[in-house]
Amino acid sequence: MDSVPSTDRGGIGYLPSAAETLMKLVVTGPFGVGKTTLIRTLSEIPTLHTEEAMTQSSTGLDDTAGLPEKTTTTVAVDFGRLTVQDDLVLYMFGTPGQERFFPLWEDIARGALGALVIVDTRRLEDSFAVMDMVEEQGLPYAVAVNRFPDAPAHADEVLRKHLDLDPRTPLVQCDARERRGSIDALIALAEHALTCLPAPQESS
Amino acid sequence: MTPGPGRRLIPAYLVTGGRSAPTGPALDRLAVLLRTDSALGPETGSEQRRLCELLEPGALTVVECAAHLELPVSATVFLATDLVAAGHLHARPPIPSAGEIDRSLVERLLVGLRSLH
Repeated sequence: MDSVPSTDRGGIGYLPSAAETLMKLVVTGPFGVGKTTLIRTLSEIPTLHTEEAMTQSSTGLDDTAGLPEKTTTTVAVDFGRLTVQDDLVLYMFGTPGQERFFPLWEDIARGALGALVIVDTRRLEDSFAVMDMVEEQGLPYAVAVNRFPDAPAHADEVLRKHLDLDPRTPLVQCDARERRGSIDALIALAEHALTCLPAPQESS
Repeated sequence: MTPGPGRRLIPAYLVTGGRSAPTGPALDRLAVLLRTDSALGPETGSEQRRLCELLEPGALTVVECAAHLELPVSATVFLATDLVAAGHLHARPPIPSAGEIDRSLVERLLVGLRSLH
């Protein structure tokens, strides 16, 4: 690793300077798909987590008959940090893909570069809801297929068809435990995010 | 990494002093917090003091502070907002100049990511 954060007391990875530009992306997908693994592979600090309280209505949206029942649940959000250049730091937030976490998701995704949706070939259908959610959010996303050792391998085209992916949406296959492939997944997402931004202005 | 030593003793709703909205504009979870050199007075609460102590050696984002202090992000925003108002902390938005993601930023990110290979 080239950029190692200043080591400091207590193992808290302080920012090397207070002047960096900080970007973030969301790593999402169903439980157990490898979100935290990928973040751990790439993060220069030990992965951290916050407990986020979420208030949600447990009744249907159009239910006007009774008082809405509100419940509060707590969900852990893992995150890590990667210094990509001296003055540019990328934060990766692992957010659960379930629809009921949508408000939290929105909050974390605001201002994000995009989302990396991690899928497991043994249960592709578990990722459909996440992909719908990301699309609804209007966030650029790329799909990273986490190649579990015991999962069957499939050609990209087969996976794209099963996931009903837009031809422009990148799909990469990687092992979330390996740095190089995980970085490739981030590159695919960043390249795609770039194409989603307005075209460069002609200098006038 | 092992989690910190047990749960905090003060519930989150007390950290906020019972208010439901912070005084001033809400801080981004990636806002960078820095300790200023202003001395803490006796009015500084224990949770505010913990946050200042955490930031004594260097800068961290709101969300990293929340994780290290084992507080919800929302409660950490409360603490930080008050400490900024009192002059004990300085807060800076994550993207200092333009305020949003633009092409040059993503291009810099790509150059950086490719160099990590």
